[in-house]
Amino acid sequence: MTPLTYLRAADAPEAVRLGAAAGAAFLGGGTNLVDLLRETVARPETLVDVSALPATIEETEGGGLLIGAAVRNTALAEHRVVRTRYPMLARAILAGASAQIRNMATVGGNLLQRTRCTYFYDTDGSRCNKRLPGSGCDAREGFNRIHAVLGASEACVATHPSDMCVALAALDAVVHVTGPAGPRSIAFGDLHRLPGDAPDRDTTLAQGDLIQVVELPPLAFGATSTYRKVRDRASYAFALVSVAAALKLEGDRVSDVRIAFGGVAHKPWRALKAEAALRGARATQQAFLDAAALEFQDAEPLRDNAFKPALAGRTLAAVLQALATGEAA
Amino acid sequence: MSLIVNGAKVSAPADARTSLLDLLREDLHLTGTKKGCNQGACGACTVLVDGERVLACLTLAVQVDGREVTTIEGLAGADALHPLQVAFIEHDGFQCGYCTPGQICSAMGMAAEAGRGVPSHVTADLAAEVTLTREEIQERMSGNLCRCGAHNGIIDAIRATLAAETPA
Repeated sequence: MTPLTYLRAADAPEAVRLGAAAGAAFLGGGTNLVDLLRETVARPETLVDVSALPATIEETEGGGLLIGAAVRNTALAEHRVVRTRYPMLARAILAGASAQIRNMATVGGNLLQRTRCTYFYDTDGSRCNKRLPGSGCDAREGFNRIHAVLGASEACVATHPSDMCVALAALDAVVHVTGPAGPRSIAFGDLHRLPGDAPDRDTTLAQGDLIQVVELPPLAFGATSTYRKVRDRASYAFALVSVAAALKLEGDRVSDVRIAFGGVAHKPWRALKAEAALRGARATQQAFLDAAALEFQDAEPLRDNAFKPALAGRTLAAVLQALATGEAA
Repeated sequence: MSLIVNGAKVSAPADARTSLLDLLREDLHLTGTKKGCNQGACGACTVLVDGERVLACLTLAVQVDGREVTTIEGLAGADALHPLQVAFIEHDGFQCGYCTPGQICSAMGMAAEAGRGVPSHVTADLAAEVTLTREEIQERMSGNLCRCGAHNGIIDAIRATLAAETPA
């Protein structure tokens, strides 16, 4: 680690003031940032610990939730309302990391965790435009089994590693931020960026912008939702492909559906094309596969990850079939 | 800044970069907590902070200011083993022993989580009470790797001690 100063913010205004300084970084649970510090991928001069800021989960009048950014992942997954009204979110969190890490990690930190692209972490031997802009990308022609097939760029093929964020994308979460320019609200789909020619920027947040609250709007059919993760071992591994989905049927037709994919892009991938194709369609295995194929029609697989579009399609079909038949997915 | 380690008040390190793991091992000479990967992938450094299992390698010591840390050395009295430690011996829950302190601290935290109803990835009904079946323990302990392959014994020891009245 490079030398740094540790400060603890007493409240959000102080956090923003301290965090706005050049070289400052917010610290939540530290499960990603401490590792990045140790590997010298991250080299902040000041750590502003925001893990002691409000960590409450409140119900809104409409039946949604306001989740404090410092809420720990475990606390969110075990919350009664999350388990009953948003099971895809509880299951996404429980599919991620290990119990120890979920106990430490905050909601805000989960949103801001960085890619697990191995070239991003390899400070000694690899070129990475996300770590050092303009240096090149060794993943594009390298070992890229875990990398993106949608929305990538010449500069970067990294994926976003979060499970929780895939569910938040499907749930149309809203991220309430405060910063040097005052408070604002960001639709979840606008928080994370595609890499383009600036893959060093994961999100649309500016220096000093502090995530305060993640809002879950009510979703009437949210109880019929789940999350499925496909990975190289049964537990404690990042996703090759994952699916968060909610399904509402009327008779044998899909009346509404929410779908997001993980492990396929630089951001959690909300599948708006697949959703549009399925609304009003018969809820059949073939319709589910066709919808996924539509979503992945512009996929650009790399040498080692050409399996991802088909795997994502089969996973989506399995998840929607399970939701349609009322089986636990 | 100070924290409580196994009941004793301890000063936080002057250098904020010091991990809780290095504070325990290098400054306090509590070497029961092990450094395996030092990057959050193996679980060997698992300790309890205010009763919750966490990874000491990914925790800066300054982050646990004012909180209570329990390590393997603080689990039992000075002259006796904790029942879970005894069970690890009885059920061959280790070979080399390097992962064992982390496994045991993790299991203590795991039992508390299950007791208050935290579901897991393999829990079929998110609203139901948790039953610590073998499958549940496997999933809940997946953050603790054992390269000797003693996982079956580890799970047997945990079941015998912390989940004795549950079905297979």
